[in-house]
Order: sequence, then structure tokens, then C-alpha cells
Amino acid sequence: MSNYIYIFAAFAVIYAVRVLPLTLIRKPIKNRFIRSFLYYVPYVTLAVMTFPAIVRATNQPLAGAAALIAGIAAAWKGCKLLTVAGICCAVVFILELILS
Amino acid sequence: MKAKSVFLEGVRDGIPIALGYFAVSFSLGIAARNVGITAVQGMLASFLCMASAGQYALFSLIGAAASLGEIALVTLITNARYFLMSCALSQKIDPEMKNYHRFLFGAVVTDEIFGITVARPGYLDPWYNYGAMAVTMPGWAIGTGLGILMGTLLPARLVSALSVALFGMFIAVFIPPAKKDKVILGCVAASFAAALLFDLVPQLSEISAGTRTILLTVVISAAAAALFPRGEAEDE
Repeated sequence: MSNYIYIFAAFAVIYAVRVLPLTLIRKPIKNRFIRSFLYYVPYVTLAVMTFPAIVRATNQPLAGAAALIAGIAAAWKGCKLLTVAGICCAVVFILELILS
Repeated sequence: MKAKSVFLEGVRDGIPIALGYFAVSFSLGIAARNVGITAVQGMLASFLCMASAGQYALFSLIGAAASLGEIALVTLITNARYFLMSCALSQKIDPEMKNYHRFLFGAVVTDEIFGITVARPGYLDPWYNYGAMAVTMPGWAIGTGLGILMGTLLPARLVSALSVALFGMFIAVFIPPAKKDKVILGCVAASFAAALLFDLVPQLSEISAGTRTILLTVVISAAAAALFPRGEAEDE
């Protein structure tokens, strides 16, 4: 079968997954538990995806770990998105230059 | 115009994401090339799906000559976290917002775009998302195409450094609220610990990254909601 059919099938599923909640949930949710749950979801999801994945993403795990610590410190100090991302990249680039 | 300045804010915040996407999709392109996906097919898949783990799964299933049903099921599982993200976003939509916006910006709810969207206070402004989409979609699609065409041309050290840009952005989203709210800080610590456990314990590490993300998100967020429910007045 053509690759295009597979690609469009994947698109149909992923589009439904993303758009259905946005179109079906029209009212503010009143239930306190669900409200609280949805409030915590984004932060938990991002945290779960960050560690230990960041350590696995780099050639040298130590560089990834250092980038994590540097990123947390920079964000804690109030650095913006682009700055934090840039600091993480720079830490990895420099450390891997030294370590290898 | 307000829409224009909001659009430009989206472009600005989308640029670091687009750079990170470029690096990641380049390696995605290399994987696609290995199973015989052409550059046009790869770019189309990237433009439509905008999903890292989901597309890796798609390409490997195409390589394994899987059935359409299998593709649909695996796509559903690897992308189910977007369902939770969209549920969360539905609570940030202005009731006055035009309907078609939901269908447009909803097409590109990715981990990173979700991250920068929730970081903005108040109602969601679709123009912010369109700005972010205007740079991230080409970044993701072109990266995939170049990965397919050029294979391993980019130096490994550069790919390695660029690959943490995405995580840097995640960190920039969850650390500021964690600094203000002890419960979120606790959630982040619990998430790190649980994710590490799933990574290290042999039986747990066999669970795919997408499934792990859903499982831990549901369990940790539900525990936090049960133990520390938020009052009405606390919502922004």
C-alpha cells in the first residue's frame, strides 16, 4: 500500500486526538478534582518528559545532566525561554568539547 | 493590531522551538530514510503530524509493512498525551472565540507549543499559536526533509548540543510556577523520580516513552489533585 495512505491515516488519528477535546469541552469544568487534575497535568507531563530523557539525549550523559542543572538554575533566576534553551545547548557543546 | 503583535510574540517564542525541532526532525529524517520514505513523503508526514515519538512509530511501522489498523492504534497510543493537553487547553479558551480557531490551532498541539501556550496568563489567543506554528511547522518539516536527503551530514556534536534545546524549553515552562507553588514543585520532583524509576527498572523500561508519559502524568496529577485540590479563587 502507498506510504501516503499510512501517513494520512496517522494524521486522521492524531488530529482527532488533539481537536476533539477542544471542540467537545465547551464549558468550564466545575468539578474541583478534575479542575485541579487539569491544572497539574501540563507541569507533570513536561517534567516526566524532561528527566531522565535529557541525560539520554546527549552523546555524553554528564553533559545532559549538567544542562538540566544549568537550565533549572537559569529558569529559577527568571531567564526567558530562549535564554534557558540557549544555556542548555551551550553547556552541552562546551562540556562535550572538553570531555571528548 | 493586537492580533499582529500576539502573532509576532508567537513567532518569537517559536524560534527556539523551531531550532530544536530542526535538530530532532533531522534525526527523524534519517530514520525515515532507512525505511525508504521519500523526502516529499517525510515532509508531508511531518507537516501534518507534528509529532516526534508518533512519527518515529509511524515510520518504523511503514518499514515493517504494518496494517492500517496497527498504524491507527499505535498512533493513538503514542499521541494520547495530546488528548490530555487539549483537555487542559479547553479550559483556557475564551467562550467568545470563533469556532474555526479550535480546528486550526488544535492541529498543532505539541509538547513544546502546549508548554508555551499554558505559560501565557489568561485566555488562550489563537494568534499566538499561529505565530508559533508559522516557524515550528517549517522547522520540523524541512528538518525531516533534509535528514532524508543528507543523512548524517550534520556534525554529531552539534546535533547533541541542539537536542537539549527542547528540554531547556520544558524546564523554562515548569520551573517558574514550581518556584511559586510548592505543590507544583513537589509534582516536578515526583515526576523526575518516577520517570527515572521507569527508566532504570528493567520491566518498566520496556514500556514505550509515550505510554510512560501518559501513565505517570495521570497518576501523579490525580494524586496531586486528590491531596491538594485547588480552590476556586486560586485559578488565574
